Amino acid sequence: MTAAVEAAEVGCRVLLVEKDPFLGGRTVRNHRYFPKMCPPTCGYEINVRRIRTNPAIEVLTMTTVEEIRGKPGAFRVRVRQRPRYVTGDRSLEESIGDQLTSERPDEFNCNIGTTKALYWGHDSAYPPVAVLERDLLAPAEVETLQRECPPGSIDLDQAEDAWEVDASAIIIATGWKPYEATRLEELGFGRHPDVVSNVMLERMVIGAEDGPVLRPSDGQPAQKVAFVQCAGSRDEDHLPYCSAVCCMGSLKQVRYLREQNPDAQVTVFYIDIRTVGRHEKFYTELLEDEQVRFVKGKVAKLEVGAGPGGLTPEVEDTLSAEILHDSFDLVVLATGMVPNGLELKEPLELGGDEHGFLSGKTDVEGIFAVGCASHPCDVSRATKDSTAAALKAIRCAKG
Amino acid sequence: MSEKTGVFICTGYGIAEALDIEALCKVVEEECEVPYCKTVESCEGSGLQEICREIEAQGLERVVIAGVSPRAYDDHLLPSNVLIEKVALREHVVWCQPPEDEDTQMLAEDYLRMYLAKVEKTSLAEPYQPEEELSKVVLVVGGGVTGMTAAKEAAEAGYPVKLVEKTGRLGGWLGRQHKSFPTSAPFRELEDPGIDELRSAVESNPLIDVFTSASTSSITGAPGLFDVALSSTAEGNGNGQELAHFRVGSIVQATGWQPTDPLASLPYGELPDVILSVELEEMFRESGKITRPSDGAEAKSIAFIQCGGDAHVEERPYCSSICCMTSLKQALYLTEGAEDAKAYIFYEFMRTPGQYEDFYRRAQEESAVFLTRGKVEEVQQGPDGKLHLKAADTMPGGELEVAVDLVVVAAGMRPNAADGEAIRAYEDAKLATTNAESDNLREEAAKKAEELSAHAGTQILNLEYRQGPDLPTLEQEFPDSHFICFPYESRRTGIYPAGAVRQPMDGSASRNDATGAALKAIQCMEMAGRGEAVHPRARDLTYPDFFFQRCTQCKRCTEECPFGVLNEDEKGTPLPNPTRCRRCGICMGACPERIVSFADYSVDIISSMIKAVDVPDEFEEKPRVLAFMCENDAFPALDAVGKHRLPLSPFVRVIPVRCLGSVNSVWITDALAAGFDGILSFGCKHGDDYQCHFIKGSELADYRANNIKKTLEQMQLESERAAVHQVQITDYAEIPKIVDEFMEMIERVGMNPFKGM
Repeated sequence: MTAAVEAAEVGCRVLLVEKDPFLGGRTVRNHRYFPKMCPPTCGYEINVRRIRTNPAIEVLTMTTVEEIRGKPGAFRVRVRQRPRYVTGDRSLEESIGDQLTSERPDEFNCNIGTTKALYWGHDSAYPPVAVLERDLLAPAEVETLQRECPPGSIDLDQAEDAWEVDASAIIIATGWKPYEATRLEELGFGRHPDVVSNVMLERMVIGAEDGPVLRPSDGQPAQKVAFVQCAGSRDEDHLPYCSAVCCMGSLKQVRYLREQNPDAQVTVFYIDIRTVGRHEKFYTELLEDEQVRFVKGKVAKLEVGAGPGGLTPEVEDTLSAEILHDSFDLVVLATGMVPNGLELKEPLELGGDEHGFLSGKTDVEGIFAVGCASHPCDVSRATKDSTAAALKAIRCAKG
Repeated sequence: MSEKTGVFICTGYGIAEALDIEALCKVVEEECEVPYCKTVESCEGSGLQEICREIEAQGLERVVIAGVSPRAYDDHLLPSNVLIEKVALREHVVWCQPPEDEDTQMLAEDYLRMYLAKVEKTSLAEPYQPEEELSKVVLVVGGGVTGMTAAKEAAEAGYPVKLVEKTGRLGGWLGRQHKSFPTSAPFRELEDPGIDELRSAVESNPLIDVFTSASTSSITGAPGLFDVALSSTAEGNGNGQELAHFRVGSIVQATGWQPTDPLASLPYGELPDVILSVELEEMFRESGKITRPSDGAEAKSIAFIQCGGDAHVEERPYCSSICCMTSLKQALYLTEGAEDAKAYIFYEFMRTPGQYEDFYRRAQEESAVFLTRGKVEEVQQGPDGKLHLKAADTMPGGELEVAVDLVVVAAGMRPNAADGEAIRAYEDAKLATTNAESDNLREEAAKKAEELSAHAGTQILNLEYRQGPDLPTLEQEFPDSHFICFPYESRRTGIYPAGAVRQPMDGSASRNDATGAALKAIQCMEMAGRGEAVHPRARDLTYPDFFFQRCTQCKRCTEECPFGVLNEDEKGTPLPNPTRCRRCGICMGACPERIVSFADYSVDIISSMIKAVDVPDEFEEKPRVLAFMCENDAFPALDAVGKHRLPLSPFVRVIPVRCLGSVNSVWITDALAAGFDGILSFGCKHGDDYQCHFIKGSELADYRANNIKKTLEQMQLESERAAVHQVQITDYAEIPKIVDEFMEMIERVGMNPFKGM
């Protein structure tokens, strides 16, 4: 979004292609940003307004790029759009969705819970148009929709569509996905419902609506919480690199837990606390909280007892050389980030590293990578990348 | 109403089921005397297209569309030469009120009256176009990696650049380095810093004028119209002499950093073989060797002390972010190829984020590099000529002693920045020590001047701005943006800090930051050229118009503007600089004489909206409360109140404002005079982690609320009738609660006694 609005406000025409049904990516799934603990939808609101009011930006959602040909100043890009089945000509009442029986996993919410086959984005989601998962519908549901939806508001015969567009330059801002926690079985994920990932915790906090975070196993408030840092990062068996945001991400989540539940005790197991720059203050402030303990030590394994409260990390406190045997009732794995790339029919030689991170200036002239497609980074760094890439892209447009 | 006014009332979305549409049309046509009123089924998609066709066919110039929230429109689909106001009948009425209810109907009718009053008073924005042509030249202050990159990137995009460097040569700190960190896979090899290449690219670019041994002695004007004077920084007779005078459109401040002082308990400056990382770097670059300053002997063993000796000192509570990588790099300078070398790195946390972890791993593979977690508590010269270190808290617990040839303190970064506001405050205080009216005031001023004396003479940019000669700083002297989403938002429009001056960062991050800043500098000039506002009201064509005949030179606007837009003439009359303006309207909120207006936002426009509300008399027992809501956060949250079908008191009438800081206190008295029983204001969070996109708007609103309370007391009214609340965009559930509590208070204190007078 940032690359698009920054380029467009200079005076450039922009086509913004998004795979999901709504703009916002992983950022809008966060409850709060570090270090200010402000809601990401606040900045999202401004960026959406910049898009809504700017005729130079065209947005394609549910769309992927499948082919890139040509050269700087004259790329031909083939895009493919999945059908939304909701036209946007007339917004639909949410009560229509309630009348459907088919449900889908709530992917936006880390699959915690489900939505109906007709679903909307978050409160501020752009575009403000519902999505229908047509394939899930039973014949009776189709009838319900045809009866309840105003004429022209849905189109059940919509088909996938592909076409070509021109572009002078291309910015790859495809972001990241969390490292699959299912690969961290030794850390208990998948073996006990109270072992969750950091991205799941973020959604659980939103779900708790300012109340204490609840243990998935029995719905009781989490009282003794462990954060396992570098869960899959800085680890040659998983991701050898540092994912750069997980330290601040966890410290932010420690703040949520402590603000929502004054009785909660939190332990953070870390190798190094990487709160770079002014973020250091966020860490030093947490040191004053007596209910928060920092333990230098890499968790090798998690013992999983039956029932709640029996989660015991196997870890040595390297500063005291003591083996700890503390048990917790919620364990949060600070999983790292894995880059999303383009999924082209015929891959381009874009270069980059073995993990899929691309250089800012890729090996193909006129194609630039920004944010987590290029390196593990936080929101602020990603938006700086995008602003820089907007200038590089504009130069290609000028020839 | 003027002849060419029209209203479209949408009947879809359950609106027709909840409201008496005929009665609404009657309010529009008969009471408000609007000649054209039409009901439509939808105001989205094809429905909106039909409305647009009808606007054109009827030749309408002022239009109110009552249907979905204004946030649901893709505004660029609407005709730009027609004044259009949108009423959220769906979100703000139907979705949060019971259907077919008298109070719901009154609410809808009032919103139509209010927006008709607004559209009648609004005029089309005419973009600001000064007589002089706006410059599209970028000034870059600082010729290190950031400045040179910004200059090169802007020039390669076709924009002329003036690059000013204080020293005699372009290059900065990175130019004095032997190697820089890896920037590409596999992130294991050190790289040439690339400064020579960058310098020649800059020097050979015909669009870039380079001025070395120069600094800006004065910058007047505004984006597109900055007049810059350069003077010489060369030693000797020429120092201070004026070198050049030119006009630029925008500015990148790339003034870089300087090393911080090591912890006082370390014997830096006392023992010659204790040096700073920057000193080691220069030594190695120049001689290719690492030697001991005391005797010139080659150093075989080095101890690196991270965090300047201590990560948690009060005066530098931040991490300088590059020092871990620097020491790892320098350890390899020593150990590579040497057989008997030893490098000890004493650290608290090893911070090699992202792909730098690969480089850290490489250093760990080096058997001569000893990474030691611990705090160095003592450095002493031994009888053997070596430096003996004692470290505590090491892993695995306990103390450690080593003897080395050389100790290198990894010094942190502090910005080469000046706090413009503090400099101004210092100068004001100094003036007041002689000019103030009483002994007491003079004494206070002297105390303040003393406190701020460290800022005296620190100016760098020398901006001729009423609020000070440099950018305001954030924390610990950095003139950074406060916003995570918008990292280039400085508080001086058209001036963008970049590189290590605003955050500790390495060369690679600086190059990236410089390119982004160059884009923002170019964007600002292009937008100013089109008469548009920059972020956050990007592309707004309105700008503040001052009716100077009534100005009383109270200076509130010049002092309170968060962006330092307004200068003053000798009498204190504000001098507007429209291209500096961010269009928040805080000057409008500040002005006691109500002389500031925008084409679509003015004291009169909002007063008309307030007066348009049909306030029932006291015997009907239907109170009325006015609510001002920040359009960025609280107002969108109100849409969510509707979306979640939360019941909201039907007695509240909401007016969105550009910023709570733009609320003029006369609106409060207008509302009370009109019979409103209370006034609620919803703004953004303020304080250290402020969320106000206009920095100080919500804070000012809180401050002004105290004055308003006094006014209420003078009117013999209860001061609780005016209240300010902070809400975030996600706090939609709070809004009905706040309103309910307020309504209870009104019930308790009773109706406004001025009702119906």
